[in-house]
Amino acid sequence: MSVYLDHAATTPLRSEVLDAMLPYLTEHWGNPSSIYASARRARQGLDEARERIAATLGAKPREIVFTSGGSESVNLAIKGVAWASSARGRHVITSSVEHRAGLHTCQVLERSGFEVTYLPVDRYGRIDPADVASAITERTTLVSVIYANNEVGTIQRIAEIGAICRDHKVLLHTDAIQAAGHLPLQVDPLQVDLMSLAAHKVYGPKGIGALFVRQGTAMLPQIQGGSQERQRRAGTENVAGAVGFAVALELAQAGAGHEAQLRDRLIAGLGALPGVELTGDPEHRLSNSASFVIAGIEGGDLVAALDLEGIEASTGSACTSGSSEPSHVLLAMGIDPQTAHGSLRLSLGRGTSREEVDRVTEVIGRLSQRLRPAMAAAHA
Amino acid sequence: MTRIVAAMSGGVDSSVAAALLAQEAADSGVEVVGVWMRTHPDRGEGFEHKRSCCSPDAADDARRVAQLLGIPFFVLNVEREFGERVIDAFADEYLAGATPNPCQACNQYIKFDELLRRGLAAYGADAVATGHYARVEPRDGRFALLRAADENKDQTYFLWVLSQAQLARTRFPLGEMTKPAVRGLAEELGLPTAQKPESQEICFVPLGDYRSLLEERRGYAGEPGAILDAAGTRVGTHSGYAHYTVGQRHGLGVALGEAVYVREVRPDRNELVVGNREEVASRSFVVDERRFVAGDPPAERFEASVRIRHRAPDVRCEVTLVGADRFAVETSEPVWAPAPGQAAVLYRAEECLGGGRIARA
Repeated sequence: MSVYLDHAATTPLRSEVLDAMLPYLTEHWGNPSSIYASARRARQGLDEARERIAATLGAKPREIVFTSGGSESVNLAIKGVAWASSARGRHVITSSVEHRAGLHTCQVLERSGFEVTYLPVDRYGRIDPADVASAITERTTLVSVIYANNEVGTIQRIAEIGAICRDHKVLLHTDAIQAAGHLPLQVDPLQVDLMSLAAHKVYGPKGIGALFVRQGTAMLPQIQGGSQERQRRAGTENVAGAVGFAVALELAQAGAGHEAQLRDRLIAGLGALPGVELTGDPEHRLSNSASFVIAGIEGGDLVAALDLEGIEASTGSACTSGSSEPSHVLLAMGIDPQTAHGSLRLSLGRGTSREEVDRVTEVIGRLSQRLRPAMAAAHA
Repeated sequence: MTRIVAAMSGGVDSSVAAALLAQEAADSGVEVVGVWMRTHPDRGEGFEHKRSCCSPDAADDARRVAQLLGIPFFVLNVEREFGERVIDAFADEYLAGATPNPCQACNQYIKFDELLRRGLAAYGADAVATGHYARVEPRDGRFALLRAADENKDQTYFLWVLSQAQLARTRFPLGEMTKPAVRGLAEELGLPTAQKPESQEICFVPLGDYRSLLEERRGYAGEPGAILDAAGTRVGTHSGYAHYTVGQRHGLGVALGEAVYVREVRPDRNELVVGNREEVASRSFVVDERRFVAGDPPAERFEASVRIRHRAPDVRCEVTLVGADRFAVETSEPVWAPAPGQAAVLYRAEECLGGGRIARA
């Protein structure tokens, strides 16, 4: 029996979600933009899904834009707002610990002549809201900060940052893709103007995401074509995906936080092993996220070794491609590149058991002993 | 459980090697793990790679083959080690006026060292298998390295550096096969790599232009210098000594009424010495950094045959050990342009005895 501890990468589809989706794959397959009965039935599913997601966020249905997933939502939010307000100013503020969807989008803006400020973080990966205030200039149009980091699980003070942005009349986007299912998503208390979400992180299907866009926010579409999604995102809608997403998000928000106890057990168990250090904030972290650096090993090697033991985990960054670049998140937190190579991310889920957590702790202890001498020889 | 790492480059040879292992594994209970090594970084977004053995395309091919074989597949990052031990060493050889031997260095330091050691630790495997054409056989309590059954494909020229400890944990499933048979089997198994062309180029220099690599890695742009004949008369101008290797004919721009070749590269004076065909050939040369597959040399002085280039013909020779790490070679007939930096590999019939690095005259 394999143990899956990579829920930050993706999650299994819940049966309730599949049940809700199936009619829209088999029966109600019409194009929701058409005018006849079967299309209207599909449209109803889409509209209801939009209403339910809006309700979960405390938003209006018209403020929800369906996208193909998290990365598209982040791209649409950052590029869409930056370009729409580019006549007023071309300065964007973000953090140095964004997911690459945000980071690379900002880098593309830089190449197009925008100025981007990357705010520093403390050793736990948190930005100081006061730094946002001091970075804002009259040319600033958008602040984009990840709600909870995907690699180390650190939670940012989004509501405080939101208040600062309001004061300065600057828009705030938050990437809540990893936070969903673990943290409150009500957009008004958070004081955000845009919020990115993805279904497959909350036991929904892949290929569907959403962007909350507060009413009155100017945003240029990034995909041109038909007039779907109130002309903010062209393309025939993924109706079954939207329906599944709505159900998944509701269920996830209702069950938020229940993995925290097992997470703490895992952190305590691994923390007792030699050379293992927790990364990210010990207190302000996602309830399912346990991330570490292990001295003297290559994270990718450990993850492969774990796989052969039937344990599925991640280094937390671009490890599947075998990239040698250490994680920009760990580097921003002041971890040296050599140490950052030894990263390991374990993310728990609904099905994680105490036995699994204990077994993983035991196996990691054994494997890191086997791996360490090999790396030491390589760098001798 | 016994586990074996199949090094997969994404080419047809290593694909079939992995397939043979996987077939065997089904009977023996040995588990096969496919590993593709990332040796150098991607060129960044939007860059269309020229196909070479270590491009991301190659990783895709290797992954597809592993999927079809039903074996686990991992990417092992060896960029740091490959960069230092292979690419930098490659550049440094040119700067030293020598001809680099990157495939040999990759075998010695990456495939049969880094992959073996780290792969064994990460995957808990006992051995590494590659798609090389060569054979390993136990003989008299040692492992002997033998030429491949397919003489056209024999790759022992790049493998003579392996130690007994390395050979003990090495498998060459293609050693008894011919290339056409390998392609035939790949077709039969429906492997997507069956029709892939041979890779002839150096994997990290896909366009064959190593000059820009010298500039990037070592800041060597090349300064024009003199081309001299055997008498020391200046007969032309070159673009920088490191752009040339011994035996090279093209790009000299020298017209002496007959074909001329580089005889010697002089890094300290930024000079090239050229000569005609006869002057570039030689019947004796000295080799350093010697090592023997068996561990010890066969004798202080012995008969063997020597190969000084991949696919060059073997020539009968007499070998005399000199000092602690050198030997002198006298060949029975002239050999073409022994190039400092290249390997001189010794054979007795099908057995590869070892070799060394051709030293500067």
